[in-house]
Formats: sequence, structure tokens, C-alpha cells
Amino acid sequence: MGIYESLNERLYLDKIVEFSKKKKVPVFYGTIWYYLGGVSLFLFITQVVSGVLLLLYYQPGVATAFESVRFIVSKVEFGWLIREIHSWSANLFIFFVFLHMFTVFFAKAYRKPRELTWFSGMLLLFLALGFGFSGYLLPWNELAFFATKVGSDIAGSIPVVGDFLLRLLRGGDEVSGATLSRFFGIHVAIIPAVFTVLLGIHLVLVQVQGMSIPPELEKVPEEDRRYMPFFPNFALRDVLTWLIILNVVALLAVFFPWELGVKADFLAPAPPGVKPEWYFMFMYQTLRLIPAHVWFIEGELLGILTFMLGGLIWFFVPLLDKKAKVGERSKFWNWFGIILIIYMITMTIWGYLV
Amino acid sequence: MNSDHSDIVKTSNKQTRRKFLDIILGAGFFAWIGAVLYPIGKYLVPPKVAEMSVNSVEAGGISEFPPSSSKIVRFGRRPVIVFRQQNGDFHALSATCTHLDCTVQYKSDTEQIWCACHNGLYDIEGKNISGPPPKPLMQYQVVLQNDKVIVTREEMT
Repeated sequence: MGIYESLNERLYLDKIVEFSKKKKVPVFYGTIWYYLGGVSLFLFITQVVSGVLLLLYYQPGVATAFESVRFIVSKVEFGWLIREIHSWSANLFIFFVFLHMFTVFFAKAYRKPRELTWFSGMLLLFLALGFGFSGYLLPWNELAFFATKVGSDIAGSIPVVGDFLLRLLRGGDEVSGATLSRFFGIHVAIIPAVFTVLLGIHLVLVQVQGMSIPPELEKVPEEDRRYMPFFPNFALRDVLTWLIILNVVALLAVFFPWELGVKADFLAPAPPGVKPEWYFMFMYQTLRLIPAHVWFIEGELLGILTFMLGGLIWFFVPLLDKKAKVGERSKFWNWFGIILIIYMITMTIWGYLV
Repeated sequence: MNSDHSDIVKTSNKQTRRKFLDIILGAGFFAWIGAVLYPIGKYLVPPKVAEMSVNSVEAGGISEFPPSSSKIVRFGRRPVIVFRQQNGDFHALSATCTHLDCTVQYKSDTEQIWCACHNGLYDIEGKNISGPPPKPLMQYQVVLQNDKVIVTREEMT
């Protein structure tokens, strides 16, 4: 008896093969969007692999964090490459996750029956941002130190729970070694664990429900629609895309390295150019523009509340968009998405210009 | 007839017993969840470390402060900026920007306190004069004693 047969008797491999044979991908102008989730997945795997490698040398702690990262990039063979890949892949990961989210949004793929896929995806996006925020501090350099001070202070100005949240994040009243330990634990254990579970749910949902098509295409009769088999046609294209992405990451890592900067110093003034990672820039720039007081509330608080409200609305779009449920496009939500993108891009660019 | 009746009584007895057990088990389950989550939640919140009651700090010798110079010193757990104006006057202010917690710096050319994070400006008294800071910086007293620059809490003097 061959290996396949004996495994098949125990694991029902035939069923999986049968399933993947039946799985098909719609072919239309938006087929390219279907690669974005896969690319995000690939970049996540890259993050796990490079992150685990960094763990072998990284030492959290005020006296060792910066030094160990410097050791990785200057002494360890290919240490620079692993760290640069981790940084670049992280940034591309966030970029592709956002792109994935917006294409899903405009294709109305969140509509019934895929609401849960959207919710799990949004939670994954929040966790990805948490990955970014916690990972940014780990090299313990000056820019990250102040960006974390600012970021956690913003969390601290949320009404009622703010003070609690600030101490919970910082592990004390100030950004200190306790914060570093905490962020390390969050970055390498807590978020990865939760993320992996959610990712599993997200992927199972996608497999169970199949690929979504935009509402217009749904009106096309089945016999006029075009498909390609998932295996091997689409899967091979997926792999090719991943290969290209890996090459892009490698090129960026080699030619555009992320600076380590100078070590964080509690007694040094904040340097000019303290800025968060680019994906927080639109929020940061907004807070920078809001005056200290708007009517009777603090400007900062107003900004945070607006973002929280916006995030909630965006999260619950599958429930709020009544037209998508019946397979129609809602002009309102289309414009909501377009204006949001314009706002985010404008604020991000503005944030970097000043 | 009689046996039928006792059957019904039995079933309803059973049902109330089952209901009772369900409630006990359900309550026990939630109590168990609480017993697991409570210590974890408590563990996550860092203990309040009593602030060291620092009332004065030596910022260095007077000779370390030529006119238009500044230094940030640790006052308890918080940074305090000590600076000397062009005219020789000493000042000390909390170095933590009231906006978003960045550490401020002394700008000798305009004689102002500047926060690089969001372009917040304070005057030498710590009053917020432009940019996003919502509150002034806390003032500290500077005492010159035996060629030393001593920073003390204002309320102490």
C-alpha cells in the first residue's frame, strides 16, 4: 500500500483533493483583487519566520534591547537582512491588508453571507496595527520611545478607561523598561496567538463560502460567467505572486534599509521628526491639526472620539449597508469609502510634508 | 390513571431537578470563569509604585550653565528642564509637554520652550503660548547654593 493510500485511509485526503478540484475562482476585471488576501497571508508568514529568527538574538530590557538589535544588524551574519526583511515585510503587510480591506469594501464582499469574514478581517487588521505599534518600540530607539509616549498618551485621553488603559499599556505611569517588557510580550506572544486563531477562522470562512463577486456580476447568468480552477491554475499564480513579493521585500531590504537611530534616553529632549509609523500618520496628523480646544472639549479628545466612532462604523458596515444585503450598491457607502481614502492619503502626505 | 398521574409528577420533578442542576452548573461555570479572569485582570494592571518623595535635586554646578544653556535632570521619576537665560536668570520647568508627553527643549534664540513633537511653544515661565499644548508646564524653583544649581518643588519655598 502506498503512502498516499495509507494516509488517505486515516485523514480522508481524497475529500480535500475533491474539494480543491471543485474550488473555482471567478474570472473578471477584479480577479486581481483575489491575490491581495493571499499576499497578506504570505507576508504574515514571512513575519513569523523572520520574527522567530530575530528572537534568537533579541534581548528585551532597557540596557540590552537597543544593543542586541545593533548586534544583530552589525555582527550577526545576515542579521541585517533578517531585520530589514522583518521591517519591510511588516510595512508591506499593513499596506496589503489595507488594500485587501478596501477592495473587499468596494466589491461589497462583506454583504450577506460574509459578514463574519469581514468582522474577523477587521479584527485581524486591528491586531496587525497592534503588531506594528508594539514592534516599533522594541529596538528602543529615540524615535520609537517618543512615538510610544505619544501613542500611549493618546490612548490615555480616552474618557473613563483612559487612565487605566495608559497604565495597562505602559506597565506603569511612564514609558520605561516595564513598557518594553510588556510590548515584547504583546508582540511575540499575545497578539500572535490571538491573530493565528482569528486568521484560521478567517481562512475557513473564505473556504466554506467561496469567492465573492461584486453585485453587478451576480446578475450575469451562471452560464455566462467565467471561472478558473483554484488548483492548479490560481494556486500557481498565487505562488508566483508570492515569489515576486518576496523579491520586492528583499530588494527594499537591501537598498532601503531602516535606520536603527540613536538609543532612547529618558533625559534627552524629543528630537524633531518624531512620527509614528506611516499607517498611523493620518490620525497623528489630524490630532496635530486640531486646536487645543474645540468649544468645551479638548481637541485631542475630540479627535480620538471621532476616530473611535469612525472605526466602529467601518467595522459594522455589513450591518449598516442595507442596500448591499439585497445585492445593490449604495452610493452613500461608496462615497464614504472614497472620501475616507482621500482623507487618509491627504493627511498622510501632509503629515510627512510638515 | 393513578400511575399516569404519578408519572407526570415524576417528570415534572425530574424537570425541576434538572433545571436546578442546570442553574447550579451554569452558575458554577461563570464563577469559574470569574475566578480565572479576576487574577489575570488584576495581574495585568501594574502595581502603583509610590513616587519617591523628591523635593530637591542638584542639577550641577553653576559653571555648567553658561548663559543660553539648558539641561534636563531627573526629578523623582519625571524629567525637569533647567535653563539659564541670556541675561543669566535660571528657570526650571517640568520637561514633559502637557500635550502628548514628549520631552521639551529650551530654544536659546527665541528664549522659549519648544516641543519638537507637535511644535508646541511655552514661554520661559512655562505658559503655553502656541501650538497644541492645553496647559502650562509646572514651575520649579531654582536655588543657587555654594556654586550649585538646586531645583526644588515650588510649593516647598
